[in-house]
Amino acid sequence: MNALQEFCENLWAAPRRILDTALRSGAPKTDRTRSTFVFGNVFLHLHAVRTHRWSLRWTTTLGLGIASAAATLIAVVSGVLLMFYYKPYPEAAYQSIKDIHFVVPTGRFIRNIHRWSANVMVVTVIAHMARAFYTASYRKPREFNWLIGMGLLVTTLGLSFTGYLLPWDQLAYWAITIGANIAQSPREVTDALGATDYFDPGGLQKLLLLGSDTVGAEALIRFYLFHVMLLPMVLAALMSVHFWRIRKDGGLSRPADADERLGPSKDVYPVFTDTPAKTYQLAAIVRGRTPAVGKGPENTVPSMPHLFYAELAVTMLTLFVCLALAIAFDAPLKELANPNIPENPAKAPWYFLGLQELVAFTAFMGGIGIPAIVLIGLGLIPYLDREKAGSGEWFGGPGGWPLVQRSLAIGLASALIVESLVIRYGWIREWFPSTPQLVVTLINPGTLLTAIYAAYSLWLVQRYQSSRAGALGLFTCFLCGFVVLTVIGTYFRGPNWVFYWSPSDWPKH
Amino acid sequence: MNSETKHSRLEPELMPRRDVLGMASLWAAGSAFMFALFGIARLPKAAVLASPSKKFRVTLPETLPASGAFVPPGRNVSISRDSEGVHAVSLVCTHLGCIVNTSSDGFECPCHGSRFDRNGAVTRGPAPQPLPWLKVTGSGNEVVVDEGATVPSGTKV
Ligand code: HEM
Ligand code: FES
Repeated sequence: MNALQEFCENLWAAPRRILDTALRSGAPKTDRTRSTFVFGNVFLHLHAVRTHRWSLRWTTTLGLGIASAAATLIAVVSGVLLMFYYKPYPEAAYQSIKDIHFVVPTGRFIRNIHRWSANVMVVTVIAHMARAFYTASYRKPREFNWLIGMGLLVTTLGLSFTGYLLPWDQLAYWAITIGANIAQSPREVTDALGATDYFDPGGLQKLLLLGSDTVGAEALIRFYLFHVMLLPMVLAALMSVHFWRIRKDGGLSRPADADERLGPSKDVYPVFTDTPAKTYQLAAIVRGRTPAVGKGPENTVPSMPHLFYAELAVTMLTLFVCLALAIAFDAPLKELANPNIPENPAKAPWYFLGLQELVAFTAFMGGIGIPAIVLIGLGLIPYLDREKAGSGEWFGGPGGWPLVQRSLAIGLASALIVESLVIRYGWIREWFPSTPQLVVTLINPGTLLTAIYAAYSLWLVQRYQSSRAGALGLFTCFLCGFVVLTVIGTYFRGPNWVFYWSPSDWPKH
Repeated sequence: MNSETKHSRLEPELMPRRDVLGMASLWAAGSAFMFALFGIARLPKAAVLASPSKKFRVTLPETLPASGAFVPPGRNVSISRDSEGVHAVSLVCTHLGCIVNTSSDGFECPCHGSRFDRNGAVTRGPAPQPLPWLKVTGSGNEVVVDEGATVPSGTKV
């Protein structure tokens, strides 16, 4: 009887005990259990146990990193749902998207969510990069995390690009044909040098991307593999490292005088009443800036609940935006891909239209040369700017906000002037049709704009005696160029890539 | 003993002799992985392309439009005939692979506005190369066009 009674009691207690053993240390109510709540959990312990109050001000991050992560999560969940029905074979692919859109219960809604969360992700990742740049948060010891971030940016764009082919409609087919030929465009140079027969990196890139010489079944299965398998794995790995390094770098960057500026708070009290004996023994053998060796962490609050609730709020907001977009706008689907008739105009997704605008002058420089220069330039920022002033501060550093304002004006003006001159008067080939290709490859509106921006930035370095000032100018100009080219590509280019003030002026056929 | 006490337990001598073997095995493993990577990288590079045959036979209609420009259905080739013979021009734009349309004085590309004259030479826009002329064999109205083989422009049969 006794054993049976105990059995029943254990059975009764089992659910509570399962929860207890999962959480290990009980509900996060005291400082101690709040700490174990974080470091006793493999996912949460990418966070530090305590968070500096500066990191929690919403102007520090604008929540953009978490919004990117949330959009990623939404895209993963909706994407996995789409995989239940999607078939990666030409014809079948288009039909299965149609089924998802018109037949599958909630299919259209899930497809819309997937499409819009991917767009939201591109926006928030770029904005997050801009915030890390403008707050000078890439500086020591965060240089490498900036590079990881660039990896995340490229992977994000790669995911969008590969996903674009999957519906196998006219939009998809021609955007990817153009993309694959951009991969092949180093031939523009090797052809001009007469070297393509011996050295053909362009042809190799296209072959690897498409698995064939045209966009067909091989290409579709490759893009599918990249989209649902390889790139998500890369993204997950990079994101884990990205988050873990934030913790190892001592949390988010903040100004040197953050504590004074924040002032006292009732939430902050000395954490260690005794000298910490155990916690920092390991930390003591690590060199460099470990968090607060020998003194208790100051001006910090427990990550649970302060940080996690903030993260939850940003996640909910991101979800709301994605759902609202999905309710309001359907994801596009054109006719079945037709390899004989290009979509006119054939436009890539909007965030590549700036590139398409450049590509319309020269494939190699616009599609590979200038993007490579931009990526290398971005990656070098933390290694060229070794200054200290203004870290963790919006528009921190010599020049500050006034310099950014002036750079905005200069960046916008030069992009608009170059573009309008080209739209009005054409470019070298229109004046001298026999101009050799290499001349066009080297001297074109894209390289001209890049040169203007670079010269302006070098001038700033000299004028302010500071690399940070040069970087502020260059990054701002780069954003301006991106916006101007993207807007022109999106709204002002019609059939045959001719400039039109509005689609209502497009010729009828 | 006393020579070792100079180094702390945390920062030992840089490379004691016994590590040489360790380094050697690391390098061996490293180069084995590089070698494997080389093998792995070979797989995605297709050796045989799964595209349909590029050669096709076509019967030309008795009367071609004055501008030439007969486009067999489903093919991206423009075939013309004049007193000197028949020739075929590829309609795949040399810029980024869109299919060009025939216009009154040649060809124009819908994607980024490249224009070509009737012989395929670039007259404006970003295309780096002229439209290639394709190999045509046969005679009369029965010809075989090979989209995979180019001939110097001006070759007519
Ligand atoms: C999928 C893409 C990305 C995700 C999910 C992500 C996520 C995050 C999160 C959650 C943070 C914490 C602070 C915050 O919310 O701002 C952060 C910080 C940071 N991120 Fe990202 N990020 C991504 C891409 C990037 C990119 C493209 C860059 C720059 C090239 C970048 C550079 C940084 C840097 C330097 C920090 C540290 C900022 C500081 O210490 O104040 N990240 N990231
Ligand atoms: S593909 Fe023909 S102009 Fe770009």
